[in-house]
Amino acid sequence: MTPEYRILTVLAALRLLLVPAYRSTDFEVHRNWMAITHSLPLEKWYLDETSEWTLDYPPLFAWFEWCLSQVARYIDPQMVQLESLNYASDACIIFQRSSVMVSELVLIAAVACACRGATEEKRVLMYLLILGSPGLLLVDHIHFQYNGMLLGLLLWSIIWIQEGRHIAGSIAFAVLVNMKHLYACLAPVYLIYLQRHYCRGPKAVQRFVALGAAVVAVCGVSFGPFVVAGQLPQILARLFPFGRGLCHAYWAANFWALYSCADKALAVILPRLGLPVTAPEAYMTGGLVQVTQFAVLPSPSPSITLLLVLLALLPCLFSLWQRPRPESFLPAAVYACLCSFMFGYHVHEKAILMVTIPMALAAADSQWNARQCFVLSTVGHVALMPLLFTEQEYPIKVGMHG
Amino acid sequence: MLPEMRRLLATCTFLTCRYVDSKSNNLSYWGLDYPPLSGYQSWLFGQAIRSIEPDAVALHTSHGYESPHSKFLMRLTVVVSDILVFFPAVLLCLRVFGGGKTVHEKQWWLLVVLLQPAALLIDHGHFQYNNITLGFAAGAAAAIAAGHDCWGSMLFCLSLNHKQMSMYYAPAFFAHLLGKCLQKPSMTQQVFGVAKLGLVVVATFAVCWAPFLASPGGALQVLHRLVPVKRGLYEDYVANFWCVTSPVFKWRRVYTQQALVTMCAGASLVAALPSMIHQIMSPSPRGLLMGMANSALAFFLFSYQVHEKSILLALLPVTLLAFDQPVVAAWLPVWAALSMYPLLRKDGLSIAYLACLLLWLAVVAPRSSLQSEQQSPVQTGHAYTQSKRSRRLGPRVGAKLVGVSGPQLLHYASLLSLLPAACIHVAQCFVQPPAQLLHLYDAAFVTLSFVHIFSTAVYFNVSQWSLFMSLVSKKHSKRS
Repeated sequence: MTPEYRILTVLAALRLLLVPAYRSTDFEVHRNWMAITHSLPLEKWYLDETSEWTLDYPPLFAWFEWCLSQVARYIDPQMVQLESLNYASDACIIFQRSSVMVSELVLIAAVACACRGATEEKRVLMYLLILGSPGLLLVDHIHFQYNGMLLGLLLWSIIWIQEGRHIAGSIAFAVLVNMKHLYACLAPVYLIYLQRHYCRGPKAVQRFVALGAAVVAVCGVSFGPFVVAGQLPQILARLFPFGRGLCHAYWAANFWALYSCADKALAVILPRLGLPVTAPEAYMTGGLVQVTQFAVLPSPSPSITLLLVLLALLPCLFSLWQRPRPESFLPAAVYACLCSFMFGYHVHEKAILMVTIPMALAAADSQWNARQCFVLSTVGHVALMPLLFTEQEYPIKVGMHG
Repeated sequence: MLPEMRRLLATCTFLTCRYVDSKSNNLSYWGLDYPPLSGYQSWLFGQAIRSIEPDAVALHTSHGYESPHSKFLMRLTVVVSDILVFFPAVLLCLRVFGGGKTVHEKQWWLLVVLLQPAALLIDHGHFQYNNITLGFAAGAAAAIAAGHDCWGSMLFCLSLNHKQMSMYYAPAFFAHLLGKCLQKPSMTQQVFGVAKLGLVVVATFAVCWAPFLASPGGALQVLHRLVPVKRGLYEDYVANFWCVTSPVFKWRRVYTQQALVTMCAGASLVAALPSMIHQIMSPSPRGLLMGMANSALAFFLFSYQVHEKSILLALLPVTLLAFDQPVVAAWLPVWAALSMYPLLRKDGLSIAYLACLLLWLAVVAPRSSLQSEQQSPVQTGHAYTQSKRSRRLGPRVGAKLVGVSGPQLLHYASLLSLLPAACIHVAQCFVQPPAQLLHLYDAAFVTLSFVHIFSTAVYFNVSQWSLFMSLVSKKHSKRS
């Protein structure tokens, strides 16, 4: 057995052992989405409000849930009923956990592809850093999400772009954004790089048209049926729920966390200096997902956060414009994700995976890369610890970080 | 198994006379039926849990009590006893039996001994404290092999006083120590050696049983709880001779209980005899481990009231012998876990069972043939690196016919033997057994397991005697 298969076997065993572990509300979210896509016609997918966990991912992810529901209905038909709120039979848990494991094959395949031709030490390192990532284990296999599959798509896109297969890379990226729109933060990087690296020379126009057609085709397949049903405004409202507030209930370790801290500190200090401050009780820290006004500092709107993300991205985009080399693409993509994490609106702490996993692709290449990856992933994973708050999962948290 | 353990903790926390049935100690609800050391260990853990969550170990009111917190605490006690008893014992064994091995081989050996799926599933899944019993027994083997016979005897007595199932090792320890004493030059020294060991054993027992020896009839009451003659020939499904042959010959109907107890004792001793004779004639450290394996296998296969978990006793010495018998050390734990599958399935541990087997596969699977060609045999430390001893035992003729090496053939044969088990697992998921044979699958698992465990017992007896033959031939060649 090669070391890679040995690592995969151990990780598979670990994931199986986590089947009975704590599940967050995300488990019910995905079960509900399977129920919605299975039980309702397409026009009602983004309208249904039987459960509080309404569909708020783009259409291709809804189709993915529909595919899952086609298998799920044979395993436990009650799983895919709309009325089965908070349903969690053994069969349901095993099926959903298995679906995460199976969908992770996309990520495993991407890592295997990225490791081709590398030495055994590099291969082992990449497998451990990406597939053995404690954050991925915690978020996907305990908390419950499908990030493995999505990050796999991202890695495939980056690998193909770096190998010069631009159309394939663009299609993969388009599929990814149509599954989770959070990845749209990478769009500027893709646009600049493809424009400057691919769409030049004698075939520039043809290439541009080909790229455009490929991306539009993917978006067409994804949004098309819903546009025809007149659902586009509803989908957009669901995809961009700005009523959720600047920070999530658990703050992500980003700029706005520091900003909120500063605001709270000022709210305490300024009254002592004689300046009146009106601060609602436990604002920003009450564990509620809502729009809250800051007490002292100005409250940033979603547009301001978007502007800040773009401003932070500018140096990178400028550099990419100047020198659109394949080896610059991965660092640029990682940086774009990091900017989005730092300054984005309503960022979840889980979004750090978008940074640490692609970063690990480059970790085996140089000591500097490895050091950056180590520091960022350690910090990022510590920031994920509040996701597991039950007693039984405490040894898992400690073990993973150890 | 958690209710039983929690009951033990409660009883031991609050009562002094814990083996006596009374109004405050209702023995029919999971009464204490392990020797005193188990009682003291339960008391210790009970005190610790009582300081954190008293309701979990309250004497009468904690029946069926299970909060997430109490479950976590109890599972933690097993982990703590692993760290405090089993791990140090295993490291001692590595020091004593792992001389001259490379770092990679030692790492592999440690993984084989510590990640053995059956032990993980029973101690941390089903919930038991076998790690303490096995830890003391392993420590005893290491001490005796290193020449510290008195310490070894004391540790074995502690193992015996923790769980009476350590009796399965008693013939091996007895024969080995007797053999060592008989090798002393003069009769006086031999007698003195035996007397010294006898004294250590009596003293250890006296210390452990002191509170019960103080009260009249206390020791007898304990013995009464420890020896389950009131129970049947076997319970549920176990991969031993009596259970597997019972569909063909109804032992319980033909013989009385007394006759059955005598038959079991006789059969077990006869099965353990060759190994005992070998150790008395020619004691050696490897012989001690082989003797422990053979003795444990003999008692598992033929003794009275054997539980499926008793296979753990045979697994310990087999995995400790992983340097010499890597294929068997990798293969037998799989069959042991399989033989316990009916129990694990009842406990809801099917997925954990699959996960532990996958983990085991990652530990014991040999490197790909390309890699093993590139590495020196000493570095790989797995089935393809065979000591001279096991190469002699490998099926050479058959191997030559097929065109592979002996160890490779053994490896492929061991993989092939797992195929029927895999088929039964798959069948169980999709095919319902007929109404008159509801326990068909359980019976199939234990029958298959019995065949393989019995074959292992035969193989190990032959291996142990071949150790003797190799020593004899060495002596002959030295003389000539």
